[in-house]
Amino acid sequence: MLAFVIRRLAQAFFVVVAMVVLVFFGTYVIGDPVWMMVPGDATQEQVEEVRRTFGFDQPVYMQFLTFLGDVLRGEFGRSYVHGSSAIGLILDRMPATLELALAALVLAIVIGLPLGLFAGLKPDHPASRGIMAVSILGFSLPTFWVGLMLIMLFSVMLGWLPATGRGPTMVILGIETSLFSLEGWRHLFLPALNLALLKISLVIRLTRSGAREASLQDYVKFARAKGLSPRRIIGVHILKNIMIPIVTVLGLEFGSLVAFSVVTETIFAWPGMGKLLLEAIQRLDRPLIVGYVMVVVLLFVTINLIVDILYSALDPRVRLTGSQS
Amino acid sequence: MAEPVLAVDNLATHFFTRDGVVKSVDGVSFTVAPGEVLGLVGESGSGKSVTGFSIMGLIDPPGRIVSGSIRLKGEELVGRTEAEMRAVRGRSLAMIFQDPMMTLNPVLRIDTQMMEAVQAHEKVSDKAARDRAVQALAQVGIPSPEERLSAYPHQFSGGMRQRVAIAIALIHRPALIIADEPTTALDVTIQSQILAEVQKLCAESGTALVWITHDLAVVAGLADRVAVMYAGRIVEQGLVDHVLDRPLHPYTHGLIGSVPGEAMPGKRLMQIPGSTPSLGRLPPGCAFEPRCSRAVETCRAGAPPLAQGSQGRAYRCINPVPAEEAA
Ligand SMILES: Nc1ncnc2c1ncn2[C@@H]1O[C@H](COP(=O)(O)OP(=O)(O)OP(=O)(O)O)[C@@H](O)[C@H]1O
Ligand code: SF4
Ligand SMILES: [Mg+2]
Repeated sequence: MLAFVIRRLAQAFFVVVAMVVLVFFGTYVIGDPVWMMVPGDATQEQVEEVRRTFGFDQPVYMQFLTFLGDVLRGEFGRSYVHGSSAIGLILDRMPATLELALAALVLAIVIGLPLGLFAGLKPDHPASRGIMAVSILGFSLPTFWVGLMLIMLFSVMLGWLPATGRGPTMVILGIETSLFSLEGWRHLFLPALNLALLKISLVIRLTRSGAREASLQDYVKFARAKGLSPRRIIGVHILKNIMIPIVTVLGLEFGSLVAFSVVTETIFAWPGMGKLLLEAIQRLDRPLIVGYVMVVVLLFVTINLIVDILYSALDPRVRLTGSQS
Repeated sequence: MAEPVLAVDNLATHFFTRDGVVKSVDGVSFTVAPGEVLGLVGESGSGKSVTGFSIMGLIDPPGRIVSGSIRLKGEELVGRTEAEMRAVRGRSLAMIFQDPMMTLNPVLRIDTQMMEAVQAHEKVSDKAARDRAVQALAQVGIPSPEERLSAYPHQFSGGMRQRVAIAIALIHRPALIIADEPTTALDVTIQSQILAEVQKLCAESGTALVWITHDLAVVAGLADRVAVMYAGRIVEQGLVDHVLDRPLHPYTHGLIGSVPGEAMPGKRLMQIPGSTPSLGRLPPGCAFEPRCSRAVETCRAGAPPLAQGSQGRAYRCINPVPAEEAA
């Protein structure tokens, strides 16, 4: 187990290094950030001045080495635009994004699991066909369009929920969160639902096919032959088996929730990392972009590790060993 | 004769599929006396499992029991609600399946699966249920049952898993156990051990057995009586010695001839030509007619009537195998 974790961390380290190198040179190729930083009427003199200050006059490999040196000293660079630590800026915004992604994940399970279970256990019921049709819509409608429709319906027409921004936050255990007030939830619901849409469809499909397959297994027939109630058979025998793929897939999808939140955060003006990234890209704010990538890759790796551990906890046939890759 | 534990009368279970009605079981009658072992034999697809599941009330759509009666200790099971059947299943009526690799839930521990079987029918504490599980495991010959109880199925061998399934089936001392080819998936030495074990346990607790198999050798060693199934019907039944020594139906005769060791040394092993007919399109007369070497003109006219002899001997054949050939 320990060997497994160490191996995973080593892998993660190389992934982070590779991603950082790629993104660093990638943003270098895209454009010269100087033009974003100087006023439109700046003289050549002023431009060169800024170049020197930020080290853009150096060849790219020198810039990279300087960057590496900074990293080794625990300094990940300052945002060109904000002037403060890039990682600091990202970490400030991270709770908002994680909160959004987590809420979306919970919605995906709370809505997707019962619907999928129903569709899987009663495949011929008309409601099951309806559920599957909705899940196809969920897969095919573009997120931003659904987001706009949600705002139109619930905020503009019905006026039930606020359209933008995050509700009042408070600091709980050092993390800023809006989960502990009704107003916070009112702000969170629409963006979370919007972000969850794709995952709800995914959970419905996974649960349905899992339940269908499991209900045909001999162990279900044997459980029935023991005289168990349908509730116990579905709630324990079937659910415990289908939770394995669902937890695995959803865990891995959590990373993509964080990544996809860029779109949702933009539509709902949610003050998270995604919105920050979009602004950083528009302004070629390289330290911020590189920092974002590092944070997200680390997040992915951590999630994968947790999923692997959870997976082995759920499926007794899998035991994590050092030799497993 | 004592009242039978199980009396199946004219049972018909059909599957209403898109391609038509599959008459998997069509007019099956037999009885099982208390403590008796009935061997139910027949080729693959002859309707043995469907018969077993019909008795358990575990036929799912598109299948349905269309007619007939199944009485357990005199009480009618056909037409009962699901909740009423649930009270019977696992308590007075139990079933063991063919593949022990598939019958235990892979993600639940053995203790969970055994304790829930106890608690499905008896309101007892977890501690009491656990004790019962330990006893049951010990009874089927699992060493250090206390420790093994918290293992997962994949930590057991096939034979051990089947023992666990048998322990679960026996846990409420049912009046009848339906065993659907429970040793077919195991290797031969384990097979005979388990066979002996089940025989002993059932004899001890007075549990009757319906042992489904396509292996006549197993039937010869285990069963008191045998029923031979072909294409959804029982074509011959009677005491094991009578049927095996002197088969009357050409199909039974063929089955016996195809068992190695049963055939006379030097005599060629007999093969039944052809294969099981499609249950959707059975010939109008005797279902075995296309494969039968003794078929005569009248066999095609209508289903052969049931001929009944003494001691429960019965067969459906117009031109039965004469004594001199049967040997
Ligand atoms: N769910 C179902 N839908 C349609 N037909 C079915 C279904 N279940 C069983 N049958 C049909 O019923 C017939 C009898 O099946 P059954 O499983 O009882 O055979 P069996 O005698 O147990 O054979 P085996 O030795 O292979 O287990 C088969 O022809 C099968 O096609
Ligand atoms: S009735 Fe005719 S066809 Fe059928 S088994 Fe007897 S002899 Fe053969
Ligand atoms: Mg079968």
